[in-house]
Amino acid sequence: MDLIKRFRKGDRLALARAITLVENGMQEGRDLLDAVHPQTGKARRIGITGPPGAGKSTLVDGLIQSYRKAGQSVGVVAVDPTSPFTGGALLGDRIRMQSRWADRRVFVRSMATRGSWGGLAAAAADVIELLDAFGKDVVIAETVGVGQSEFDVVDAVHTTIVVIVPESGDSIQVMKAGLMEIADIFVVNKADREGAGDMETGLGAMLDMRDREEDWRPPVLQTVATSGEGMPTLIDALAQHREYLAKESRIEEWERKAVRARIVSLVHEELRAGFWKQGRQARLEQLVGEVLARERTPGDAAQALFSPA
Amino acid sequence: MFDSEEIKRISGQKKRWQKDLPDCSAAGPFETVSGAPVEFLCTPEDVRELDYTRDLGFPGMYPYTRGAYGTMYRGRQWTMRQFSGFGSAADTNRRFHFLLEKGQTGLSTAFDMPTIMGFDSDHARSLGEVGKCGVAIDSLEDMETLFRGIPLDRVSTSMTINAPAAILLALYIAVGEKQGVPSARLQGTIQNDILKEYMAQKSWIFPPGPSMRIITDILAFCTEHVPKWNTISISGYHIREAGSTALQELAFTLADGFAYVEAGIAAGLDVDDFAPRLSHFFNAHLDFFEEIAKYRAARRIWARHMKEKYGAKKPESLRLRFHTQTAGCSLTAQQPENNIVRTAFEALSAVLGGTQSLHTNSMDETLALPSEKAVTIALRTQQIIASETGVANTVDPLAGSYLLESLTSRLEQGAEEYFRKIESLGGVIAALEKGFFQTEISRAAYRYQLAIEKKARIVVGVNEYVQPDENLDIDLLEIDRCVEEDQVKRLKVLRERRDNGAVGQSLEALRSAAGGSDNMMPRFLDCARCYATEGEIIDVLREEFGEYKDPKFF
Amino acid sequence: MDRKIRVLVAKPGLDGHDRGAKVVASALRDAGMEVIYTGLHQTPEGIVEAAVQEDVDVVGLSVLSGAHMTLFPRIVELLREAGVEGMLIIGGGIIPADDHEFLREKGVEKVFTPGAPTSEIVDYIRSWFEKRKTV
Repeated sequence: MDLIKRFRKGDRLALARAITLVENGMQEGRDLLDAVHPQTGKARRIGITGPPGAGKSTLVDGLIQSYRKAGQSVGVVAVDPTSPFTGGALLGDRIRMQSRWADRRVFVRSMATRGSWGGLAAAAADVIELLDAFGKDVVIAETVGVGQSEFDVVDAVHTTIVVIVPESGDSIQVMKAGLMEIADIFVVNKADREGAGDMETGLGAMLDMRDREEDWRPPVLQTVATSGEGMPTLIDALAQHREYLAKESRIEEWERKAVRARIVSLVHEELRAGFWKQGRQARLEQLVGEVLARERTPGDAAQALFSPA
Repeated sequence: MFDSEEIKRISGQKKRWQKDLPDCSAAGPFETVSGAPVEFLCTPEDVRELDYTRDLGFPGMYPYTRGAYGTMYRGRQWTMRQFSGFGSAADTNRRFHFLLEKGQTGLSTAFDMPTIMGFDSDHARSLGEVGKCGVAIDSLEDMETLFRGIPLDRVSTSMTINAPAAILLALYIAVGEKQGVPSARLQGTIQNDILKEYMAQKSWIFPPGPSMRIITDILAFCTEHVPKWNTISISGYHIREAGSTALQELAFTLADGFAYVEAGIAAGLDVDDFAPRLSHFFNAHLDFFEEIAKYRAARRIWARHMKEKYGAKKPESLRLRFHTQTAGCSLTAQQPENNIVRTAFEALSAVLGGTQSLHTNSMDETLALPSEKAVTIALRTQQIIASETGVANTVDPLAGSYLLESLTSRLEQGAEEYFRKIESLGGVIAALEKGFFQTEISRAAYRYQLAIEKKARIVVGVNEYVQPDENLDIDLLEIDRCVEEDQVKRLKVLRERRDNGAVGQSLEALRSAAGGSDNMMPRFLDCARCYATEGEIIDVLREEFGEYKDPKFF
Repeated sequence: MDRKIRVLVAKPGLDGHDRGAKVVASALRDAGMEVIYTGLHQTPEGIVEAAVQEDVDVVGLSVLSGAHMTLFPRIVELLREAGVEGMLIIGGGIIPADDHEFLREKGVEKVFTPGAPTSEIVDYIRSWFEKRKTV
């Protein structure tokens, strides 16, 4: 197996295959991740999340172009939901990221969330690791901010950008969605539309009211991703957040937190995967019937799954 | 048309009649090809709201439901206009002469993809595409060849061109100048409908803003200099081909039309100056009555909005004229001869709906570009309808049918609902940016495909009455593989031979017009006259305006 | 986790007829596959780069402008140059029967023409995938 060798030599086919192996939970993928672990930790990692249709992919394309102009290589992982009904997925984020398709120093990978048994965050974080180990200077992870997934990806990146549009509703809703807590930078995209100013003011006020003992107050920026308006300000804000992290050993703190989260998430995944083997899926179906027949309570059924069948 | 007592009486009778009928709902569901439910039996109840004078009137009179012109086909038969174009300008010129000799009464030009997308034949993106699905036009030289021996003051020419429409019009005017025909005498149509490109056909170049400016420049220029030219052919054809329902075709096309009217008014033009030169282009699909109702509803909606909302006064502004093409998407690759029959029914619906001109598809179009034999049969289909069936003798012959009138009203109401929805999204361009139309259309297309696969809808030869080991016995038109090479060679010679100083100057003059707010049409004409190529002209605009990219909408 | 079939649905060339490509993409998704859609007007080089980076099992190409005889072979050639192996290349669009043989020789395994039910495409991909797994 010369995959590792080819990966180290910078063969993008090897990177692509490595991602597939990791995504499919293959042992080979695990081995490769272990082998390249020493090479990780160099990339600037950026997360970008927000509701569907907010223009995340176009913003990512803008980031790609900016970083490429600065001579840096870029890796992107774009995550879209898998249909819970069919198990399939339509991944279309690439369309918006193709202005540098001929550029070998840009690598874009689309990923589906797959299944409801978790594991997405772990896989996406693994892909971030691989892109980092492959030597990408900047790694960007794009996720749809409608579920739990974005919260897990947050742990694997240095800076999280939350993108909203003027139509996203008011700032209260943003807060309700829990996006307030994860954002290091807010972007109000499609700022040429009505309501962008109100959104910015509302968010700003909300951020100022927070009583958090932090010196980083997430900036609220306006962009029009399709025309590139506001991109330089976003790049500046990203640079500032990076400087902020570099001071007072914040980056070490971040790394500890990231690694801890990574380990915990792997443990959870392992437990989950292990747990549902051993015929428990079948047992579950049986218990569902018993609960429906009011012979057991749901809590009772859960306990029953832990005891040997 | 009936008083309420009468309606009540009929209702009662209908209920009694229905009671004794056997239940046949299991044989359904009964719906149109668009998935709209269909009545089993229509009675005066279904048209109780209809007011003859208000809703129907007379042909050539407001609200034009019954026809665009008073005399309709007795005054003037519809124009038989077969769309054609392939290979080099010389190849298509030969096909034009062939069609005119067979009795066709107007020309209609199909361009190849590089011409449509604004690339010269020697551009890398043109590789393999030159002359393939239409004629390759790079400069005035090709345009002169295309119309060789065809006096432009005696034919009307339709050009299916959108993003670069202004340039092709400039080339046509320049050919006229060479033939000694002043622009005021030129007759024809450029499709020039960019909104439906973003929605459905997807042959765009620039973003919506600059695209709309090019269109208003054309409107202003033609009003003054090419008064007989149809400046926009507001097209539902492609929306339908992309998979929309009949209602969506109707509503989205008219919404586009109103958006152009609004753009013209916003650019300072008088609505009655430019609206008379707007025409429409619809698809004739297989659901016979739904299609006829669609054309009638289109006329009524257009007239009402133009009068009430946009304050148009001239009858020419209020009356909707349209071209029809039979539905390419209804044709099958299996047992292609059956397509002759499908096309005949579709053409009949267009004539019964009062079309001004008609293209009938050839049976082999799902396989390749049409052969001469197939094209002849398609044209003969129209001639048979015109001369043998007698359907054109009476104007709007199906008016008053309970079914047809109720379908017409229902489509109008459905379209109004769509207009309200589009309005609430911020208008056509805002709705486009949100993917509203694109999503509606792709979903309808997918639903239609699933219905076929589940056999909820039967397509003869495809999912029923299949001939497993079918042997195709049709001669297909093949495009000579040398077309591209020859075209590239000619272009190279042209670039060396022409006055390149003049070309450079005219392109720079265009650039400053594009950067400012002057009408660009005179600059396009100057570029055309000195043999600047289409690609060179478009490149200047690409630099000034930027390019539009495919947004992902499913 | 089960192995998902990944398919790139691509529109090379200049024509904008994406009805077929989108219907097929939707059907493959509904059949449980992961579909990456490139959007319109893609160059052969762009499609190949997408296929490489996405490490797809299948590339489905759709052309309705008549440029398939140039574009399809070019894409296969570029994939080979990039070192890609074992990827299934299929095509669809307005493609005369006379061209199928030539395209097959050039590495386009199967051409689907208008009227082909999407279930036929799904079945074809699945059975190819099963066969490949067992080899």
